[in-house]
Amino acid sequence: MDINNLGVGLALLGAALAALLAGIGSAIGVGIAGEAAAGVVTEDPGKFGKVLLLQLLPGTQGIYGLLIAFITLSNIGILGGSGDISFAKGLMYLFACLPLGFVGLWSAKRQARAAVASIGLVAKRPNQFGKALLFPAMVETYAVLALLVSLLAVINIGKLPI
Amino acid sequence: MAEQYTYAVARIRAKELTLLSRQDLDQLLACKTEQDCLRFLVDKGWGEAGMDGEEMLSQELDKTWSAIRELVPDFTAFAVFLYPVDFGNLKAAIKSTVAGNRPERLYVYRGSIEPEVLELAAQKHDFSRLPAFMREAATQAFQTLLHTGDGQLCDVILDRAALAAVLQAGKDSDSPLIQEYAELTVATANIKIAVRGQKTGKTREFLQQAMVPCDSLRVGDLMEAAVSGRDALEQYLSNTRYARAAEELKRSSSAFERWCDNEQMNLIRSQKTNPFTIGPLAAYILARESEIKAVRLILSGKRNHLDEEAVKERLRDLYV
Repeated sequence: MDINNLGVGLALLGAALAALLAGIGSAIGVGIAGEAAAGVVTEDPGKFGKVLLLQLLPGTQGIYGLLIAFITLSNIGILGGSGDISFAKGLMYLFACLPLGFVGLWSAKRQARAAVASIGLVAKRPNQFGKALLFPAMVETYAVLALLVSLLAVINIGKLPI
Repeated sequence: MAEQYTYAVARIRAKELTLLSRQDLDQLLACKTEQDCLRFLVDKGWGEAGMDGEEMLSQELDKTWSAIRELVPDFTAFAVFLYPVDFGNLKAAIKSTVAGNRPERLYVYRGSIEPEVLELAAQKHDFSRLPAFMREAATQAFQTLLHTGDGQLCDVILDRAALAAVLQAGKDSDSPLIQEYAELTVATANIKIAVRGQKTGKTREFLQQAMVPCDSLRVGDLMEAAVSGRDALEQYLSNTRYARAAEELKRSSSAFERWCDNEQMNLIRSQKTNPFTIGPLAAYILARESEIKAVRLILSGKRNHLDEEAVKERLRDLYV
């Protein structure tokens, strides 16, 4: 068996991990924050808009995961109907997708905890919404950093002469 | 799993906005009559117009428990708060059975066992169907009251069993707050027994019957100190983590009682910043109970035309 046939499989694995892990993290995160948001809205429906924004914050990692998976699929030619890449490149795509996958999973879960705490803050002090939004938004920094690393790597791997 | 209470805690956070603040209590104190106080409370969303004080407070407590019941399906998590109610009902059931009368509003319907079950057990003289934590004490208390007619001894047996049940429920709980609450409840109850026992000259044997061993106090030393005298008791307490109790005792009995309640408030304050776990729900129950106690004190002060300062001195710290 030609080892280069594994290249496309490894690249696909990378794309799948990026979408899977970040998506799972976001699903868990948005779910937990949604429970807290529903708790507040049960008592005070007027706070719906504020708590909805906080609930959505952990959802971005899933979108980042989709973006990385999509670019990877496009670059390896799967979307165009081919998949002819070397083993080395396939391995590179796999590693390029991992930062977003793992950081996405973990940061979405931690961001959800911060969002839940902020929803509690908004429940008690609605005028502090701006500050409440900042606390979970800080966690986003690390998801964005991981997105940048994965994005730069995935975009540039295709240009390498291997 | 801590996250299982996320919805409940968020809802409780929103509910905490309706808790009375110190300013509210000051306004309540400034009302001229009990009727003015009740009107003020109705404006704050308590009860309904035309209710008397006790009716309103009872309804507020019921509202708290029904909200908690809606949020936490497994009510055994709050056993530390329910067992004292169960034992109070058991006491009422035993005493009314032995005395052969049944006054109105005998029971409180906020425990873990239906009061009618306790009443039936007392009437049939058969406590075998009660939960293990109250079976033996119930039999002993019933037999004691039946054969000696000593109501105080009956109370001591049941109060001790209630404390032991609370302590065990605390140990069985996963929540550090509930564990600490149970320990604090038993320790302060032991201190109160020691203080009252010392004042009324109770024997070591009596104290031994009433106190429950706990982790934060050496009950043997506490008993020894109580029978030795007030100075020995204060000296012993000053060497424990309840040293403030000794200081408050020197001030007055009411200062000491207030310290006991304030310790509970200090314990639950940490839950204000906790967005998960059952802790904030337990804290809310205690906060509501403390608030209702404060309102009851003010209403009773107004009813009996007590001096505002005297009532203020007895008010406990609030959660908010």
